[in-house]
Amino acid sequence: MLKLKLIRRENESTMARLIVPVLSIIMAFGCGWIFLALSGYLPAVVFAKMFNGALGSPYAISETIVKAVPLMVAGLAISLAFRMKLWNIGAEGQIYMGAFAASGMALALGNGSPYVIIPIMMIAAFAAGALWGLVPGLLKAYWQVNETIITLMLNYVAIYWVDYLVFGPWKDPNSMGFPLTPIFSPAAQLPTWGDSRVHLGLLLAGIIAIVFYLVVQYTRWGYEVRVMGESSQAAKYAGMNVAKNIMLVMMVSGGIAGIAGMIEVAGITHRLQQGVSPGYGYTAIIVAWLARLNPFAIIIVAFLFGALLVGGFAVQIVGVSFSITQILQGTVLFFLLAGEIFLRYRLVLAREEAV
Amino acid sequence: MNRFPVIEMKGISKRFPGVIANDNISFRVYPGEIHALLGENGAGKSTLMSILAGLYRPDSGTIKVKGEVIRLHSPRKALEEGIGMIYQHFRLVNNFTVAENIVLGSKHVNWGIKQERIQKETREISHNYGLEINPAVRVNQLSLGEQQRVEILKMLYRGCDILIMDEPTTVLTPGEVKELFQVLRIMSRQGKSIVLITHKLNEVMEIADYVTVLRRGKVVGDDRIENLDEGILTRMMVAREVVYSQAQRDSSPGGVILNVDNLKIQGDRGNIAVHEVSFNLRRGEIMAIAGVAGNGQRELVEALAGLRKAVSGSIEYEGEEIKHYDAKSRIALGINMVPEDRIGMGLVPNLSVIDNSILRSYYKEEFYSGWFLNYNKIRSYTDRIINEYNIVLSDSNHPVNYLSGGNLQKLLLGREIDQKPRVLLASYPIRGLDVAAAEGVYDLLLKERDKGTAILLVLEDLDDIFRIADRVAVMYQGFIRKILDVEKTSIDEIGSIMVGTELAGV
Ligand SMILES: Nc1ncnc2c1ncn2[C@@H]1O[C@H](COP(=O)(O)OP(=O)(O)OP(=O)(O)O)[C@@H](O)[C@H]1O
Ligand SMILES: [Mg+2]
Repeated sequence: MLKLKLIRRENESTMARLIVPVLSIIMAFGCGWIFLALSGYLPAVVFAKMFNGALGSPYAISETIVKAVPLMVAGLAISLAFRMKLWNIGAEGQIYMGAFAASGMALALGNGSPYVIIPIMMIAAFAAGALWGLVPGLLKAYWQVNETIITLMLNYVAIYWVDYLVFGPWKDPNSMGFPLTPIFSPAAQLPTWGDSRVHLGLLLAGIIAIVFYLVVQYTRWGYEVRVMGESSQAAKYAGMNVAKNIMLVMMVSGGIAGIAGMIEVAGITHRLQQGVSPGYGYTAIIVAWLARLNPFAIIIVAFLFGALLVGGFAVQIVGVSFSITQILQGTVLFFLLAGEIFLRYRLVLAREEAV
Repeated sequence: MNRFPVIEMKGISKRFPGVIANDNISFRVYPGEIHALLGENGAGKSTLMSILAGLYRPDSGTIKVKGEVIRLHSPRKALEEGIGMIYQHFRLVNNFTVAENIVLGSKHVNWGIKQERIQKETREISHNYGLEINPAVRVNQLSLGEQQRVEILKMLYRGCDILIMDEPTTVLTPGEVKELFQVLRIMSRQGKSIVLITHKLNEVMEIADYVTVLRRGKVVGDDRIENLDEGILTRMMVAREVVYSQAQRDSSPGGVILNVDNLKIQGDRGNIAVHEVSFNLRRGEIMAIAGVAGNGQRELVEALAGLRKAVSGSIEYEGEEIKHYDAKSRIALGINMVPEDRIGMGLVPNLSVIDNSILRSYYKEEFYSGWFLNYNKIRSYTDRIINEYNIVLSDSNHPVNYLSGGNLQKLLLGREIDQKPRVLLASYPIRGLDVAAAEGVYDLLLKERDKGTAILLVLEDLDDIFRIADRVAVMYQGFIRKILDVEKTSIDEIGSIMVGTELAGV
């Protein structure tokens, strides 16, 4: 009897780490090709459209970056928590809280100097996201409550809270019924690059990545995070305050995700609206994981995911149905994740005697 | 024995980054043989056996099992070939019963587990080999010795005929060692082969039929036990004579530095692990704690180091009550501790050797400038520790779990001693060290003692206690039964207090 088995690799070669994702993507497109052909589309045309829509022109690239920025920031937020084996899947809610707090500030402060208003929005967004991270952090640190469930539940609270605001008290009277707040004053909008929609958030994402790297690798607190992420026993032995750090890491992680929310409202929508994040907080989990929590890899992976999203929109415009683009995106994801498994494990064909 | 070997490894080589762990090794095991594998720390013993157990793949070489060339690409495959390995860190599921652990993952069990049936099967096997154990209890209620029995049963249940044990006796009491050897003899009589990795030569002389010695990844000798003695083996292992330092008995203890009074400590399961113990520790003396593992030694040491809260009683350090001080403040006072659990507590397995070298001192001013850790200084500090304590490794940027067992221990100990402790608490400081390295540690500890450090050692080997300690406190069931002057007692006296047969006449 022949049997397939997965065996953990002792060490992954650097070569494979580069080749496997590329192969995965090629295979995903192969699969998508067959699928499109069966559904009666011309695969070559659809793919060309997808590629052009995502990367084919300066405009396309700028749109891809626009989608990538919140994924970068949220991915960085998540990876900080994941480093400490804190499964914060609440980035989505933290994004909403950040968006809410930033919008509150923008609406309250009206017009003024952007040098004052933008930092205030950022601080507010960080604080709101941090609060959303602190709650599960506190529960985890003192009562060992599972953070996964709490962060997930808090997502809904945050999303419905924003819904409530944009349908109710904060709704723009001139919005003709749409769930939107009034538009922010120009001082509360992030500057953009030329006439594209690429905004200052990209720079912020880069800065956060660099700071993240430096802090984790070279500071005392980063050292504590690395030790605690590996072993809480060793952390206690080293005299570290584990409970305090659980809360701190959850706060900072939530705060960074909050900034992602602020960047969205201040950079793109310029107002708070329903569905400010179409699931960036969840996609960012995959981004962080594929990037293996490495801050610079997160930037690159987030960009690729941005391209996937934008490419999907582009083919919708030419009449490919939404569900088909979703399937194409799903295929790419599936193959990337599968490739990741083959990187970490080896598949062997073993002959064995029937038992 | 002119039968065919069950295992024949030929030309096995295995490289790790920067080191050749196994270099063209040939190794044979015959049916029914108890084969001891010896060598210094880092000689490549664990690597060779991990290859045989399917955990690592060799870079080159062939392995024949029962005459057939077989590719052992996974532990599961090795098990199917009848090869099972018991690692030094047991791999049992704590919340499962003994019987569940034994059948877990074996291929006879596919659809659910019938408690009565597996318990009956377990009882049968344990009976056959004299491995008495209650199949219905949960593993977390067992002593290490009993857990090891479960591991052996697990292997027997899966039909292993070649059992590899990596330093199995380090965690056992002398009595448990005897029982283990009894079981191994039964197994050998039934035709099963056993490969035993150990550093204890007296055990080798007692149990082994055949010995293979490794040094720096190569086989440097192998022979039947009849042709060997401890002296020959030592010379083969280290390629030189080991000078046994004789503990200078003329220790001159100073005043009391640590005074423990009526200390009561809780265990992990909410039980009372240590009941109202009182003792004092003086500068310049080594006090040993003797006792069967699990009688409160670990909890006591952790409480003294500030890693565990005391329920009541007091700990006075130079006259100052320190019961409420946390671990960091106690390090600052000069109370240092080497834990029993090296990987996991003492060291962070996936961080580099450099990162690990500052685990207990990372917050000290010398290691950072401004906001950042100063890795130049840290690196040179690590190098100094490596040189001073003879730690053998290929690259200090590698994760610490690349180090061999003995070198891990040296790093742990070196790191603490380097802090210039005034009180040094160490659990099993020579566990897993080869003869020469153990001598090195003894020297180190004696030097520390002569510098005036107060040293508390948890030791398992009574001979060690007599070689190095000035006083010995014997623990049994959470009590210190007696504190004795080493010069005025005997191994037998301590041994009987340890197992509770001599009721301390208090
Ligand atoms: N996974 C690994 N990666 C890199 N190097 C390793 C790895 N495992 C072992 N080594 C190195 O290979 C050499 C042999 O190690 P091994 O663990 O086989 O020694 P050992 O004989 O079992 O020693 P000890 O008696 O100290 O346990 C050592 O130099 C060790 O540092
Ligand atoms: Mg070893």
